[in-house]
Amino acid sequence: MAKLTIEDLKRLREDTKKKTVLREGGAIVNITVHMGTCGIAAGAREVMEVLLDEMSQTDRQDIRVTNSGCMGMCSSEPNVTVEIKGQAPVIYQHVDKNRMRQIFKRHVLKGEIQTDFALARIQ
Amino acid sequence: MREISLHIIDIAENGIAADADLITIRISERPIKNLLKITINDNGRGIPHELIDKVTDPFFTTKKTRRVGLGLSLLKEAAERCGGEFDIKSREGAGTEVSASFMIDHIDLAPIGDLAGSITCLVMGNPGVDFVYTHEYNQRSFTIDTRDIKRELEGVPVNTPGVLRFIADMINGSLKELKED
Repeated sequence: MAKLTIEDLKRLREDTKKKTVLREGGAIVNITVHMGTCGIAAGAREVMEVLLDEMSQTDRQDIRVTNSGCMGMCSSEPNVTVEIKGQAPVIYQHVDKNRMRQIFKRHVLKGEIQTDFALARIQ
Repeated sequence: MREISLHIIDIAENGIAADADLITIRISERPIKNLLKITINDNGRGIPHELIDKVTDPFFTTKKTRRVGLGLSLLKEAAERCGGEFDIKSREGAGTEVSASFMIDHIDLAPIGDLAGSITCLVMGNPGVDFVYTHEYNQRSFTIDTRDIKRELEGVPVNTPGVLRFIADMINGSLKELKED
């Protein structure tokens, strides 16, 4: 692979600006990957990789991915919280690559909560 | 942890949890000296002097969500298991430095792992934090500084998928170049 240069970054910047020209306002969907020691050891980084992959395949500009620490449910890690604006956040448990893809495609993009591996809904 | 790079995420996340906005990660590989050393600095709020000796105790944590604190203790164990050393220095209000060294040829040494994936993961999940990643291999090195990248991006978010791919490719390309004869 040829080494990337600052010119590549500038081209990327201009491309991204064109694609995101309509983006204004806050996020509609917030995805939080819990990355305490337990989450990292259980596979949270791989979950983040899937999110990066899925984010790059969608035109949606209103989805935000963030990390947070352990929420105390270490035995159910990796845990991922999906919060759609105006709805109660849903915590998913034992999230692996396949589950994360399903959560993204069904819950994040279509609003369908994946109850099979939902741990809790925060009211 | 099955990779050294996962320890790096873990320690960096500790700094971010302590309100750091700059994380410096230095990895030094010296095959000639049979030494791998990782050093992670943050400019977070630091650890109170009276707690510094307790932080590698797996049954000590300042968190309220659970009763164990495994991150630093796992790294210390990994380093010592591989003939290396662990050190932590901290100053309240100034930040913390964690370092761990390993004998490269030790049978128990976990692979360094996916460094590009780990750095990208940190940037993706913490776009408001800056990361400076330096990798040394014998006498050669490269540094990636997200402050420079952000400056060039002129407001385009650093956690945009295309930018994250750029960072991952840049790290993988630089690592490959670093280790070529």
